[in-house]
Amino acid sequence: MTDFIEPRKSSELGINSVPFVEVEQPGAAPLYEQAKGFWVTFSTMFKKNQTVQYPDVKAPTAPRFHGRHQLNRHPDGLEKCIGCELCAWACPADAIFVEGGDNTPGNQLSPGERHGAVYQINYLRCIFCGLCVEACPTRALTMTNEYELADDKREKLIFEKEDLLAPLRQGMLAPPHPMYPGMTDTNYYNGEVTQAHPSQQEQN
Amino acid sequence: MSTAELLGKDPGWIIAVKALIVFIICVVATLMAVWTERRVLAKMQLRTGPNRVGKFGLLQSLSDGVKLALKEDIIPAAADKVVFILAPIIATSMCFMAFAVIPMTGVVNLFGHQTALQLTDLPVGVLYILAVTSIGVYGVVLAGWSSGSTYPLLGGLRSSAQVISYEIAMGLSLVAVFIYAGSMSTSAIVDSQHQNIWNAVVLFPSFIIYVISMVGETNRAPFDLAEAEGELVGGFHTEYSSLKFALFFLAEYVNIIAVSALATTLFLGGYHAPPGLGFTEQWLGGWFTFIWFITKVNLFFFIFMWLRATLPRLRYDQFMKFGWKVLIPASLVWILIVATIRVLQQEGASRAVTIAFAGGVALLLMAISSLTDRSKKVSGAPLAQGESPEFPVPSLPHLRSISVTGGQK
Repeated sequence: MTDFIEPRKSSELGINSVPFVEVEQPGAAPLYEQAKGFWVTFSTMFKKNQTVQYPDVKAPTAPRFHGRHQLNRHPDGLEKCIGCELCAWACPADAIFVEGGDNTPGNQLSPGERHGAVYQINYLRCIFCGLCVEACPTRALTMTNEYELADDKREKLIFEKEDLLAPLRQGMLAPPHPMYPGMTDTNYYNGEVTQAHPSQQEQN
Repeated sequence: MSTAELLGKDPGWIIAVKALIVFIICVVATLMAVWTERRVLAKMQLRTGPNRVGKFGLLQSLSDGVKLALKEDIIPAAADKVVFILAPIIATSMCFMAFAVIPMTGVVNLFGHQTALQLTDLPVGVLYILAVTSIGVYGVVLAGWSSGSTYPLLGGLRSSAQVISYEIAMGLSLVAVFIYAGSMSTSAIVDSQHQNIWNAVVLFPSFIIYVISMVGETNRAPFDLAEAEGELVGGFHTEYSSLKFALFFLAEYVNIIAVSALATTLFLGGYHAPPGLGFTEQWLGGWFTFIWFITKVNLFFFIFMWLRATLPRLRYDQFMKFGWKVLIPASLVWILIVATIRVLQQEGASRAVTIAFAGGVALLLMAISSLTDRSKKVSGAPLAQGESPEFPVPSLPHLRSISVTGGQK
């Protein structure tokens, strides 16, 4: 055992046996070949240009573009988010803050026992990787195609739950309201609730 | 009546008005040139270019100028304050001065006065332009030096070396014009082309050398080594901001327009119409000649833009080699030929003798160029059996083993 290792010469490593190939290097290309580039730029002037006049014309994104998030609802209007914080744990940029809360008979925001009481996404941190969407067990969190996320105040770029919640559609009822009579949360996840109960709609 | 005599009758107020007009032409031309360049360059790259400020974005450069003027004006702590402020003033004022001897129109009526749109007519007008533009280089060098910073200094040095080298080639290419026209006055050169044929045709090699060296002279792509963004941040004007930077910007474009105007004057017949369209020169009371002048200058400006869109920047040593080893010798040989032909003509030699001489020279040049083999073979003998190179290289095509055989035996 020696405490000093002699550096080996390249000949000992056997890396010198590189096959030696005779290559003739081409000289400069003929002048007319070199002049071809001028024709490229000249002819390009008469082609249709590719610029999108952005603020005036908004080109659609790719269908699976990662844009701003959205918190989805069940068809009767109850929120899908159950405040489990899996999205926050999955987030590599630490952009999501969630606080769960208990559903009470007077304050039923989602089917089952829990709902997301506080839900914030910080778009100054978010890298739009979509790992939160993959982590979500109830498909509450998805991404939209909206990409215009610029503002003049840092505070404005921390989106609260109200900013992220999907709008109420036909047949939906704004929570809090009780679950569909006779249905459990399992029925909700199996897609058996298709709209708010008629009696509930009349109440509002 | 010659132009010099015509201009000699100008009263003082007409001279002042013309000076103002020349100044306005330069500034407006710069604003338009910046816009044109950005639009044309964009078209060459499948883009649109500035199109939001004003109709077609025409006011873009004006708004950029206003923005620049409103920016904070910073003078670095390490800068030599007096020279730092003086440098952009030198650079800008000198390129404006070059316009004084450019004839822009034929005889026209200016506020009821018969004159030509040319501030003054010097017997050595072209030399004056060369002198004035050379002083403009001081602006660049002093800007680089006074900034008290490394990259601007390097940019300034590069720029001065570049402009000085290419000015030689430029000056030599002009010598042929002087010999042919028999004068150094800009208006006399224009007249001689009007009587004979454009210098761009008879003195075609001079024309090519001038066009190349004018790009080098103005520090424009592909010769924009002085402000090579990737190497020197911004070159000599790195430390400049606000109006002082705007002055350099203005100087660059006025310089481009000045060398283009000089090229027009010396090689493309100046303000005269192209052959066959001579009747247009009487239109608008003679002012139509100004349109011809502008058109020709724009032609050169388009070449500037086209080069910028097409060619990558040269390496510094290649650039210097091109100037000193190609352009200058070629100019010298060409001047010898032109001078000989000129003397033959003046001595009353017959046309046959002149043509025979020109043909002989052409044959000689062709023979020399065919003898020199331009295809380069890579030196470095193949290795003997069992011999191992000291530094291994991967066996890639075109990557030959110059370094491989360099080892000690």
